[in-house]
Amino acid sequence: MGILVHKDFAFIVQGITGREAVNLTRECLEYGSKIVGGVTPGKGGRDVYGVPVYNTVREITAKQRVDGTVITVPHAFAPDAAFEAIDAGIKLLVIITEGIPRKDACRIIEYADLHGARVIGPNCLGVIVPDVCRFGSLGGPAVDCRKAFQPGVVGVMSRSGGMTTEICNALSAAGLGESTAVSVGGDPVIGSTYVDLMPLFEADPETKAVVVYSEPGGTAEAELAEWVKVHKPRLPIVAFVAGRFMDEMPGMSFGHAGTVVEKKMDSPADKIRRMREAGITVAEEIGDIPRLVRERLEGAAARG
Amino acid sequence: MRFYEFEAKRLLQKHGIPVPQGGWAQTPAEAERLAAELGGPVVVKAQVLSHELRRSGAKLVETPAQARQEAERLLQLDDGRRPPRGVLVEKKIQATAEYSIAATYDGARKRPVLLAAAARGNLDEMAAEHPERVVRRHYSALLPFSDYIAKELVAALGLAGSDLTRMTPVVSRLAQMLLQYDLTEADIPCLARLADGSFVAVDCFFDMEAEGRARQRAILEELGIAPAETRGPREATPFEIEAAKIDAEDPRGVAGPVVEFDGNIGLVIGAGGGSLTLTDAVRKHGGRPANYSAIGGNPSVRKAQRLTKLILSKPGVRKIAVMSNVVSNTRADLVARGVIKGVVEMGLDPKETIAIFRVPGAWEADAFKILKKYGVEYCDRSVSMSEAVRRAVEKIGR
Repeated sequence: MGILVHKDFAFIVQGITGREAVNLTRECLEYGSKIVGGVTPGKGGRDVYGVPVYNTVREITAKQRVDGTVITVPHAFAPDAAFEAIDAGIKLLVIITEGIPRKDACRIIEYADLHGARVIGPNCLGVIVPDVCRFGSLGGPAVDCRKAFQPGVVGVMSRSGGMTTEICNALSAAGLGESTAVSVGGDPVIGSTYVDLMPLFEADPETKAVVVYSEPGGTAEAELAEWVKVHKPRLPIVAFVAGRFMDEMPGMSFGHAGTVVEKKMDSPADKIRRMREAGITVAEEIGDIPRLVRERLEGAAARG
Repeated sequence: MRFYEFEAKRLLQKHGIPVPQGGWAQTPAEAERLAAELGGPVVVKAQVLSHELRRSGAKLVETPAQARQEAERLLQLDDGRRPPRGVLVEKKIQATAEYSIAATYDGARKRPVLLAAAARGNLDEMAAEHPERVVRRHYSALLPFSDYIAKELVAALGLAGSDLTRMTPVVSRLAQMLLQYDLTEADIPCLARLADGSFVAVDCFFDMEAEGRARQRAILEELGIAPAETRGPREATPFEIEAAKIDAEDPRGVAGPVVEFDGNIGLVIGAGGGSLTLTDAVRKHGGRPANYSAIGGNPSVRKAQRLTKLILSKPGVRKIAVMSNVVSNTRADLVARGVIKGVVEMGLDPKETIAIFRVPGAWEADAFKILKKYGVEYCDRSVSMSEAVRRAVEKIGR
């Protein structure tokens, strides 16, 4: 099972002839994903590793079912690419593109909301259900990707693409594996926050626990803490907050665009306090995550 | 990118939001002259980017001579390795009521949002202490702004009659400026109502998103803000400027942001989230980082080499740790070759100088061959980031 994608999930790649997109396409195909087309305006008629390239999204959706799109176009063209996909009826968008101003991210997400579509990202690496479907660029070459991601019981949500792979690798090595891993994106405004995805994990019978990787900046962790208090989810959550040193450096920007401490709620200390108060286990060290997940799973099993 | 208050006020005026009568002075003498022209008590405000200084660097004075004295004092302030960019000299405002309004983005709702309170001050702090006193209204970044949205917010503040109709356009313009100029925040922490019923922005703070700067060239030029002005909370150190140069001169992969700390452990680390995690871990194990870096996107040998040399040239830094999360597209062998080259060119022994190498990924086998040859301690993904850091701190010393 897992969330968001499935075995027959058919997707396209917008900006498919770009350097990063060509690699992504090859890696996804090698992993076994179903890429049914790509779009680069003016390059229709070519192909990328056997995937036909079109000038418009509608040329593909007119012929077949398209469940999702991976958007890798330069940031100035990202809103247009997203609007095109949404208007063509695509319901799940992974936006890998970095550097999209938050106004444009808001415009894309609002348009998606109006059409019942979901956005993952921007500035993310996408979604993977191990051995079932890789939708995006998580994990790099297929052979490395298989090393890091293995089928299992943990749902992973991470603001960092690289740390998604790191954490999943540790969970896989510990024999826990992942039901689905989602790189949600490092920008201040993203289409799917932890709270947006929690209900999906709650409804997925394969998921037994959730791991959250977070960073300074924004209110997503406070929001998650509130959500947990109100909804009392069945799934135990283990979180890790990176960038604690940034508490001493207000206003300095590190890492992702959304990673900055300007306000109290941005601060790792504040996020950790709120999450712990809500009953979320917060790991002190990244290496502790698999052990803490196991403890929470055993605790849940003991309680019956 | 933060605006100085005098710049933000120019922008407000351009959009028809009144500000106090006054002007911008770059010297104490100019401040005195401005105060004399204005007549009566004036407020002298240091033009700074630090939030703390913005709050403390303003003073009410009675005479032009005092304005000069105050300007002299304020111009000495240290605004994060920068002097203040002059002072604002403004006529004292007689307010009959004070409000705070702001436009920003709400990441939870994924929409722009207007906030307001019937008191001056920081709305985030007010919202934390007295959430009931702050009113909110989300709006669309997609549809054209409609004035009724501003009117609803003002009405929610409890304003009626001509107060309502006169404050509404101020709020409406602020909401639109947020979008038009790619601001992350457009705050008027003190909007004063005068005896004649008009509203004046006594204080304001604007921040422009770095990602929006390229398409805001026209307004930045109009305000005299150079493209090279980064406007961070503090000015870059020579070490950081050199690192930025290394990053900019070679488009292959990234090294930055490189930030200088005062410790002894040189860090060649990556990528975004990995670097945050590793820096925390070094501190947690009692180590003192000499710097922050965030290599990624497959940096070239030369970039890794130059960064390594720069870090090792920092006084007090004798050893480095080379670490990252499991990488997808960065070639560990190129990183290994780069750091070893850098170490050797500094006349140092890689075996002694590189405390640990943990960059797991596709090319790690090739990296291990090189590292083995030089006797450098390395590990693969079976060793956690936490454990790699523990070993590095152990070797380098606290």
